[in-house]
Amino acid sequence: MSSFLVQLLNGLAGASSLFLVAAGLSLIFGVTRIVNFAHGSLYMLGVYIAYSMSERLAGGVGFWFSLVFSAVAVGFIGALIEMVLLRRIYKAPELFQLLATFALVLVIKDGVLWIWGAEDLLGRRAPGLEGSVEILGRNFPTYDLFLIVIGPVVLALVWLLLTRTRWGTLVRAATQDREMLSALGVHQSWLITGVFALGAMLAGLGGALQLPREPANLGMDMLSIGDAFVVVVVGGMGSIPGAFVAALIIAEIKAICIWLGDVNFGPFSISFSKLTLVVEFLVMAVVLVVRPWGLFGRPQGTPRHSGAPEAPLRPAGKSLRWFAVALVAGMAVLPLLQGQFPYALVLSVDLLIAALFAASLHFIMGPGGMHSFGHAAYFGLGAYGAALLMKAAGLPMEASLILAPVVAGLGAVVFGWFSVRLSGVYLAMLTLAFGQIAWSIAFQWDDFTGGSNGMIGIWPSGWANNRTAYFYLTLVLVVVGLFALRRMLFSPFGYAMRAGRDSVLRADAIGIDVKRVQWLAFVIAGVFAGAAGALFVYSKGSISPEVLSVTKSVDGLVMVLLGGVQTLAGPIVGAVTFTWLQDTVARSTDYWRALLGGIILFLVLVFPQGLAGFIHDLVVKLKPNREAAR
Amino acid sequence: MSLLQIRGLQKSFGGVKAVDGIDFDVAAGELLALIGPNGAGKSTTFNMVNGQLRASGGSVKLDGRELVGLKPREIWKMGVGRTFQIAETFASLTVVENVQMALISSHGKLYSLWSRAASAYRNEALELLDQVGMKADADRPCSALAYGDVKRVELAIALANDPKLLLMDEPTAGMAPKERNDLMALTKRLVVERKLAVLFTEHSMDVVFAYADRMIVLARGRLIAAGSGEEIRNHPKVQEVYFGTGKTFEKPLAQEEAAA
Amino acid sequence: MKLKPAVLAIALTGVLGASASAWAADVIKIGEINSYKAQPVFLDAYKRGMTLALDEINGAGGVNGKKLEVITRDDNANPGDAVRLADELLSREGVDLIAGSFLSHVGLALADYAQQRKVFYLGTEPLTDKIVWENGNRYTYRMRTSTYMQTAMLAAEAAKLKKKKWALIYPNYEFGQSSVATFKKLLKQAQPDVEFVIEQAPPLGKVDAGSVVQAVADAKPDAIFNTLFGPDLAKFVREGNTRGLFKSVQVVSMLTGEPEYLDPLRAETPDGWIVSGYPQDSLETPEHKAFRAAYVAKFNDYPRLGAVVGYSAIKSLAAGIKKAGGTDTEKLIAAFKGLKVDTPFGEIVYRPQDNQSTMGAYIGKLKNTGDKGIMVDYHYVDGATVQPSDEEVKKMRGDK
Repeated sequence: MSSFLVQLLNGLAGASSLFLVAAGLSLIFGVTRIVNFAHGSLYMLGVYIAYSMSERLAGGVGFWFSLVFSAVAVGFIGALIEMVLLRRIYKAPELFQLLATFALVLVIKDGVLWIWGAEDLLGRRAPGLEGSVEILGRNFPTYDLFLIVIGPVVLALVWLLLTRTRWGTLVRAATQDREMLSALGVHQSWLITGVFALGAMLAGLGGALQLPREPANLGMDMLSIGDAFVVVVVGGMGSIPGAFVAALIIAEIKAICIWLGDVNFGPFSISFSKLTLVVEFLVMAVVLVVRPWGLFGRPQGTPRHSGAPEAPLRPAGKSLRWFAVALVAGMAVLPLLQGQFPYALVLSVDLLIAALFAASLHFIMGPGGMHSFGHAAYFGLGAYGAALLMKAAGLPMEASLILAPVVAGLGAVVFGWFSVRLSGVYLAMLTLAFGQIAWSIAFQWDDFTGGSNGMIGIWPSGWANNRTAYFYLTLVLVVVGLFALRRMLFSPFGYAMRAGRDSVLRADAIGIDVKRVQWLAFVIAGVFAGAAGALFVYSKGSISPEVLSVTKSVDGLVMVLLGGVQTLAGPIVGAVTFTWLQDTVARSTDYWRALLGGIILFLVLVFPQGLAGFIHDLVVKLKPNREAAR
Repeated sequence: MSLLQIRGLQKSFGGVKAVDGIDFDVAAGELLALIGPNGAGKSTTFNMVNGQLRASGGSVKLDGRELVGLKPREIWKMGVGRTFQIAETFASLTVVENVQMALISSHGKLYSLWSRAASAYRNEALELLDQVGMKADADRPCSALAYGDVKRVELAIALANDPKLLLMDEPTAGMAPKERNDLMALTKRLVVERKLAVLFTEHSMDVVFAYADRMIVLARGRLIAAGSGEEIRNHPKVQEVYFGTGKTFEKPLAQEEAAA
Repeated sequence: MKLKPAVLAIALTGVLGASASAWAADVIKIGEINSYKAQPVFLDAYKRGMTLALDEINGAGGVNGKKLEVITRDDNANPGDAVRLADELLSREGVDLIAGSFLSHVGLALADYAQQRKVFYLGTEPLTDKIVWENGNRYTYRMRTSTYMQTAMLAAEAAKLKKKKWALIYPNYEFGQSSVATFKKLLKQAQPDVEFVIEQAPPLGKVDAGSVVQAVADAKPDAIFNTLFGPDLAKFVREGNTRGLFKSVQVVSMLTGEPEYLDPLRAETPDGWIVSGYPQDSLETPEHKAFRAAYVAKFNDYPRLGAVVGYSAIKSLAAGIKKAGGTDTEKLIAAFKGLKVDTPFGEIVYRPQDNQSTMGAYIGKLKNTGDKGIMVDYHYVDGATVQPSDEEVKKMRGDK
């Protein structure tokens, strides 16, 4: 029993750490609606800055000052990011800011590598709190007790700031309704900068306070951001007390899982310690299914687009059709040019697969208005489906290429059914949770999926097992897939999907079952993503859980946003640009991540409507005789 | 028998009775106004008829069939169209596509994945737009229209499945006086031509008295009066409820008489 | 459609990059694929090690009169990317063979690719046993001391301790799982009465160290076998020290003596752990002394294990190519069977039975010198001595 109690105490310390990262994210999320991927990077910066300062400044005072200094410095960096970067793109289509913060992650990661080097940096113990105290016959770190106290203290301070000051009242008002606030004449931009700085400062503080517990290392950004999102969403967006309760629940559940260890239920043995791999996402999925707005969140009003409304769909004009035909024809002759461009075929296969994947995501994200953050789940289900149909069921490539998309579609039937009951960021987070659950199953199920190593030896049938043949196979299937997706967007169903996105009330009032339309859209997108996954696995010959990872999902988002979510060519342009950039940039410099991030930042600032969106606008502008589409 | 029968309709939100047992009927070919001060329960009543809110008690019958418990889209299928206080259209579709969408739905073609939506029922849609005077704007994006025009498009959408009953929530809110009269005149014409029943709420009393065949008055969730314009104007309870704003009853009418 | 191929060719030059670089006949090209950005500590040193070896080899006239050239690619820790890059290296850069990989699943994907495309592949660092056994193939050789080999070395030490109750802590992925499975099997063979009282498998990079340390302490083991490394290790060590876990419990820990993972521990280094690793500061064999001196002279930094691996990998390839008299795949495969290579750890041999080199590791104890940790009382265990029987290997490999 005493071991259980002390584990709960461990959980409390963990909860404080979690809460500190999440609180800032929740604030920023609540007020600006920005999905700030760079929040984990700010947290990481907090640890590194605190490390450097505390190594230079001697004594206890120096150490504690370092922590505070680090928090303030990170807050300052946050303000800078908001003012220099994000402020310029608030008018862009929804979620576009995500792309900018994604680029920041890359830049900050390489910046940290450049400044601090690759080696893990373990900080000093906190002066005065080095040792442990005896609790229930066990040594409990004094510093953990301090953390247990600091979490609620920060909660109280932030709460006081939000409820007892005019600034806080405005922030809370902004969380409810930003338009209303601007109508009242509040100078919004400074308010938002302030919120961003405060949120960043909390991230920095959270990082700095981890210094005595874990070494500063380059993986911290990605490892912390997932947890932070889970806590924010479970607690309810914008709710600081919610974040605290959520952090508490998740940290305690983890501690209990570790305490339980391996438990036998009759013939079955469950390793709860291994369950910690995914437990937070399980919690999030359950909470969102039961309470669609998190524990302490309120239903969101229908989000009002801050950017320009999307233009009506126009069928492709003559020039665009000819361009598409020329492009496909141009690709079809690529194999003839193998002599000059031996790599073109190889890269093209990847570009084509990326285009199909991105287009399938765009299908639900753009016209469907459902931001899936877990789209890799269907890509991965298709890929694993194809691999398993071949390895376990012994089917030939041809059959598994046909059946694998069905597998992915079935996954989308299940995940989509839950997801379409939600909307906005909560929907996005539920898809993320499902994606992570799918990933963890593939990662853990050694006997079936090959676990973390994955599976190898999944090569095409003889006739397709050379570069040229497989290229043609991919070209044909992807072109057919892209055409089908496009065709569906022009069909009554595609219109119904956009109708449901534009106005749920109106759609419902003319007999459209919006949830059902969205569900079917999910399944269709899943099928095509699955097809992309199946093509992928045969082009690589192997598969591993990466195809299901958050990174893969984020890549999809980046492609769609980079190309422009409001144009149909957007995902294709984005997929090709991003994949090609990554391939080229990675070869050109050691610091390719920073370069890639820098290029994306540049594109974000210059083309806030996405690349294809920009071209589209340009074409419209050059044709003054036709009414501007937007 | 009247087309719409409402009996003992109730709605409470956490113990507060927003609508407290009201009865009224709407007949085919009748333009019935539902009026009352702010917070009287007009929108709540409206949303219960349309299915957007579920009634806590009572019944709503259309041609003798119970509507309570049905979803908006099911009620729509039974022949109830509606417009919203703040016009709800599909911003990323063109004007004609908005109407086509409703037609596609009423023909049960929503899940058609391969045909082209742009050519589906286009002529019918254009005809409907013609009726509301929006045919010339058919291929403009709906997001580019003036608000008054959006309201007219919304009316065309609502008419797409040839409804028996049309619910209009403050149809003229946010419109200029000229636009108001045009829209209501159009509505009146439709009522006559199609034998349509219309239930509408309205803040603007000049519109109500000029166009409604009959009106019912809600106050604090209860129906306090029903009858013609003259009866309502002289109803003591109504004057009591509208005390202080009572003058608005006289003035627009005087203006209208002057204008006539 | 009157686009001529030539026009397209020009248009595509910009998009897809220039065509294959000039194919110099006097250069042997090695395509090297690794997770440089994902594992920078190890691989920065690895790259330097390769550079050092290349300079030595080319300075002495190259191999068979040809210069060696290494073209590196970053696989972004992703097997799919790695396979594409292998394709790129072969098709565009015209490399003669491929090498590299740190992560096991990337290594396996490349090994399978090598078999499919019939190219020679030297897996330099991936530890997974599968790459030479269950999923081994004739095109793939692996240099680094495998998970099994390192575990076997430590299991032998563990058996000497005669501790009865063991706790097992490992990162939750294949490396951790297979190391622990091997450890349990070998220790049980050596000491049938052994008991495994608790297993903790935290997610990689995300150990809740406080909870794990306490759960282990509550299980009251006599000894612990650990395969956490990197940030997880540092967290575990600090919590364990603070909570007094290591006072009465003997720890046997894999990889912990490698400078990459030991150096960050600094003053936190736990005394007396039995570890596998690389005592670069005190290893005074002639081969290593020469290597260290050259490395320090060139880079003004001490070598990490990555440097030894990168250096030995290039040395292996040079030796193999020399013996084969060229880069023909079949000849390379034949040449690597039983190939002997001098490395900073002494001579290693590529075993003909499973394509695994006999590179060993140093087993010793950790000692905290006050501000850093070092390895003491260590000895080298030759990789040839910690292998399963040839029959077992044959069974696992099938007839590959």
